[in-house]
Amino acid sequence: MGLDFTVVPGYLDFILLGVLWTIAITIGAALLSFFIGIFFAVIALYGPWFIRLPFRAFEWLFMGTPLLLQLFLIYFGLVQIGIDLPAFVAGVIGLGLHFAVYNSELIQTAIIAVDRGQMEAARTLGLSRGQALRKVVVPQAVRDVIPPIGNNMIALLKDSALVSVIGVSELTLSAQRAIGNTYRPFEFYVVAAAFYYLINLGMEWVLRRIERRIQAAR
Amino acid sequence: MDIDLMMRVYPFFLTAAWVTVQLSVYTALLGLACGALGASMRLSRHALLRFIGAAYVSVFRGTPALIQLFILYFGGPQIGIQLTAFEAGVIGLGVNIGAYMTETIRGSIIAIDKGQREAARTLGMSGWQTMRKVILPQSARLMIRPLGVNINALIKGTALVAAISVVELTYTAQRYIGSTYKPFEMFMLSGVLYMVIIYGTGQAIKWLDRKARIV
Repeated sequence: MGLDFTVVPGYLDFILLGVLWTIAITIGAALLSFFIGIFFAVIALYGPWFIRLPFRAFEWLFMGTPLLLQLFLIYFGLVQIGIDLPAFVAGVIGLGLHFAVYNSELIQTAIIAVDRGQMEAARTLGLSRGQALRKVVVPQAVRDVIPPIGNNMIALLKDSALVSVIGVSELTLSAQRAIGNTYRPFEFYVVAAAFYYLINLGMEWVLRRIERRIQAAR
Repeated sequence: MDIDLMMRVYPFFLTAAWVTVQLSVYTALLGLACGALGASMRLSRHALLRFIGAAYVSVFRGTPALIQLFILYFGGPQIGIQLTAFEAGVIGLGVNIGAYMTETIRGSIIAIDKGQREAARTLGMSGWQTMRKVILPQSARLMIRPLGVNINALIKGTALVAAISVVELTYTAQRYIGSTYKPFEMFMLSGVLYMVIIYGTGQAIKWLDRKARIV
């Protein structure tokens, strides 16, 4: 059986729908991982010990096991405790939590790196600890950490392919469905890879622009 | 938590963990070979080789490893490549991680001070001698830690071959979740084994790094 790419155009709108879902899941999980990452970082640094310790264990568990395994846990585990989420939502939560842990590591380092004088000055001006964190320290830390978080988000895009195994109809699963009809795995997976590559290029372009704006703002 | 069930099924997880270890070792070796080749192409004098090296890194880092694996395993037979799932897993993951290792190795080579190369060339060493006797011994030390990070990612990445039904840890966990409906217990069993493998590898790399330190 040779190669025959002429079967691809007939499924192009189907594949493009998958592209849209991949972009949607990437944006959803990226936003979730960003905000939860900030929340995690603040907990890890300023939380009371009975929150900090279990959180460390959670972090350790999430960094030491494969994402695919975590997706199975979240998708099937929530069903076990009676929460039946749509696959898309489970996928966004799984990807979002996984990358939130990695983002949290970056943000923690950045928070520590913000000059202590900033916190002291904010407190002197009468801000509470929470206010000082929210309005003075965290915004500065986040600005410094945008480029490495951008790298994480590109990894997230590629890992979004994994949610096909829990049945989210994104690009990878769309390609699989087209293959189910045509028995042409090579052609459709190559096309899927090409689309991932294009989305990746687009993301890198957006990230470069954001980085440049941050540089200019400094 | 159903401890009884965990005690009953853990031997299957141990067998599966051994498969994960084998996958990781073969993949790491292939990845290092691809990384060394890729780095030497990216640092080559010939524009064509440089281009091939850059294209390799860009394509394999720019697309999901899962898709690369699928192209090789499911698409391979169409272009005359017949592989078992295990072989496809090792080759697919190895070539993928090789692209990341290419950048790691290249980074550690160009991190060596330019004066070192110039001094060696002035002393009459050839380009290859300079690389082998002056540059590489220094950059090899720099590489250990970042390559360790790649290998850590690779071990977790071996979970992907569950999608082409290699019976390793994640596949085993998935199968037992399906048959027992106890996702949490199965996650714990496989999670602990993954962390043992990753922690052990991490310690080995730290030890190597300490041994290789000059000061």
